[in-house]
Amino acid sequence: MAFNPDNYGLRLFVRYLVLCLIALIFIFPLVFMINSSFKPDSQLLADTSSLRAFLPVGDISLNNYFGAFRRAPVGLFVLNSVLVTGATVLLSLLICSMAAFSFAFLRWKGRDVVLSIVIATLIIPFETIAIPLLLLVSKLPWIGLDGLHWGWLNTYRVQIIPWIADGLTIFLFVQYFKGLPGELIEASRVEGASWWQVYYRVVMPLSGPVLATAAILKFLVMYNQYLWPLIVVQQENYRPVMVGLGYFFQLNVAWGEVMAYLTLITVPVLIFYLFLQRAFIASIASTGVKG
Amino acid sequence: MNLTKHLAGVVIASTCLCVPALAQTKLTMWYHGAGNEVESRTLNQIVSDFNASQSDWAVTIESFPEKSYNDSVAAAALAGNLPDILDVDGPVMPNWAWAGYLQPLPIDESEFADFLPGTKGVWDGKLYSVGLWDAAVALFARQSTLDELGLRTPTLDKPWSREEFLAALDAAKASGKYEFALDLGMNDQAEWYSYAFSPFLQSFGGDIVDRSTYKTAEGTLNGEAAQAFGKWWQSLFTGGYAPGTSEDPADQQTGFIDGKFAFQWNGNWRAVATMEAVNDVVFLPAPDFGAGNKIGAGSWQFGVSAKSKHPEGAAEFIKFAAQDKYLAAFSDGIGLIPPTPSAAQMTKNYKDGGPLAVFFDLSKAQALVRPVTPGYVVQAKVFTKALADIANGADVADTLDAAVDEIDADIESNGGYGHR
Repeated sequence: MAFNPDNYGLRLFVRYLVLCLIALIFIFPLVFMINSSFKPDSQLLADTSSLRAFLPVGDISLNNYFGAFRRAPVGLFVLNSVLVTGATVLLSLLICSMAAFSFAFLRWKGRDVVLSIVIATLIIPFETIAIPLLLLVSKLPWIGLDGLHWGWLNTYRVQIIPWIADGLTIFLFVQYFKGLPGELIEASRVEGASWWQVYYRVVMPLSGPVLATAAILKFLVMYNQYLWPLIVVQQENYRPVMVGLGYFFQLNVAWGEVMAYLTLITVPVLIFYLFLQRAFIASIASTGVKG
Repeated sequence: MNLTKHLAGVVIASTCLCVPALAQTKLTMWYHGAGNEVESRTLNQIVSDFNASQSDWAVTIESFPEKSYNDSVAAAALAGNLPDILDVDGPVMPNWAWAGYLQPLPIDESEFADFLPGTKGVWDGKLYSVGLWDAAVALFARQSTLDELGLRTPTLDKPWSREEFLAALDAAKASGKYEFALDLGMNDQAEWYSYAFSPFLQSFGGDIVDRSTYKTAEGTLNGEAAQAFGKWWQSLFTGGYAPGTSEDPADQQTGFIDGKFAFQWNGNWRAVATMEAVNDVVFLPAPDFGAGNKIGAGSWQFGVSAKSKHPEGAAEFIKFAAQDKYLAAFSDGIGLIPPTPSAAQMTKNYKDGGPLAVFFDLSKAQALVRPVTPGYVVQAKVFTKALADIANGADVADTLDAAVDEIDADIESNGGYGHR
């Protein structure tokens, strides 16, 4: 049978085949991780040289999950990460969108220069400011219910506050806000709305896609935090999941438990993504159309 | 009235009972073994016993994952947030002492006279730390393999020479029964390279740095002996005797057990698991390449932080933890070598005739601590890269010269690391 380029069915088949192959490549690590989490170490290691690594076959059990919970306070680490990530995402959406609103709609002296500086911070790797930031937060004051304290080390706030505002999130909001119809803003102002009312009554209700994009990007950054909590948190009570991964790398690595732990800590990320994926894809698509 | 008397009695009694607890000064201790259930259980027991044994001090432990422990300590030192008691990896200790993280132990060294040398952290003539165990490396083999290949079983007194070792590898390779004759664990490019492989270099007569001055690596890491070592090292990979740097990590755990390798260069922490799977496993001493047979030494040790306001309390705890019964408990729990002969006799594996007693003898007879210098932390990384590059085919002389330049530049930029 000769190949007919006009054959719609065949083209569709090839397209789906290619897409399925790409999907498989992306999903293989997850499948390997999840299947391996149910296997004993000896089988897990033996299976790595064959396709059995991707199949739930052999001696399957939940032992690695029990082992992971025995080895480390997994629930505490997940709770810490979810708490720190959730608080940072919410505060970041609020603060960064307000900053972006002022850059996009308000007229004030030096606005463009300040925006340029904010965007320029994107090129500074965190590693270069980690030590100065550590020295700073170790001496900052904090007024709590029990009075004044010096130093933020070993707290949730030290993991949240330095990460609330960032150039990328502000830039995303600014770009999105600039794409909103100017007539809407002008009409609101003519009708007597204050800038604050324009922000939360007009602009924010129209910003679902960029809120989702910013939330997902910030979520991933925060949930994957390693270096910062490593240097500012010395107490187990405040450790996040990525630092907790180190509990599983002993002289004799328990690979099955590593996979079980990774599976457990991946679940919140997948849930969060599935929850926001429509808005995320809509945002990417709309950005692409505008671009 | 009676009720009032009873209440007063209860208050007085409870106050009296509480006095020792209230009087205890809190000491904080950081430990690298988070996630290691057995190690943590033993250490918690020691702390619990110590806190109950006296009324002056109460130790609390904060455990860290080993892989990130050194970074956590360095960050805490910067922020002025170090605890009273630190545990420190033996070869890193001089760096921490030099950097001002540790203070000398306020304990007379004679109290640890019978400890294995590798368990005592001495820098600049002062004792800074003491370890509750040591580790050793040996050549894992099957007695049946030695018999089949017609190989002499080497002993501490009469180890294999370079020629005998090569002949053994040749025989294993020629038998066609193994994927590789020797497993070196090449995938683990962390501390393993300098711990496990620098003794080969030292047995050739070279070293990572010139230990007489600690001010240069010139002549020791690129001299005639080091060049000979480098060529031999490269031949292991070009000759197909050992898997290279891309070795499957799984093979270091199961490759020897599965019969992929005839010999494996591995540590005593893998010995128990290997004995359970291979009933005729034997642990052979390192070959002698001309300048004596050597293995690495030095494991995790306890020291007192320079910021501690209670060094005497920290020292009390370290002395308490160094009792034979705890050394034996650690050894039985995690399989590592107890530091004293008397503790060894209390263990199931290291007592006379015990299945791992050979490791105690190996450690005693062959062990050479890694270079005792603050610069070691950099030198180990440079050495690791050089050995990986040579294994991957880089020119031996050029690679070793480049490594020497890098080490010397680091020593110079750090003002000689305080060596006089």
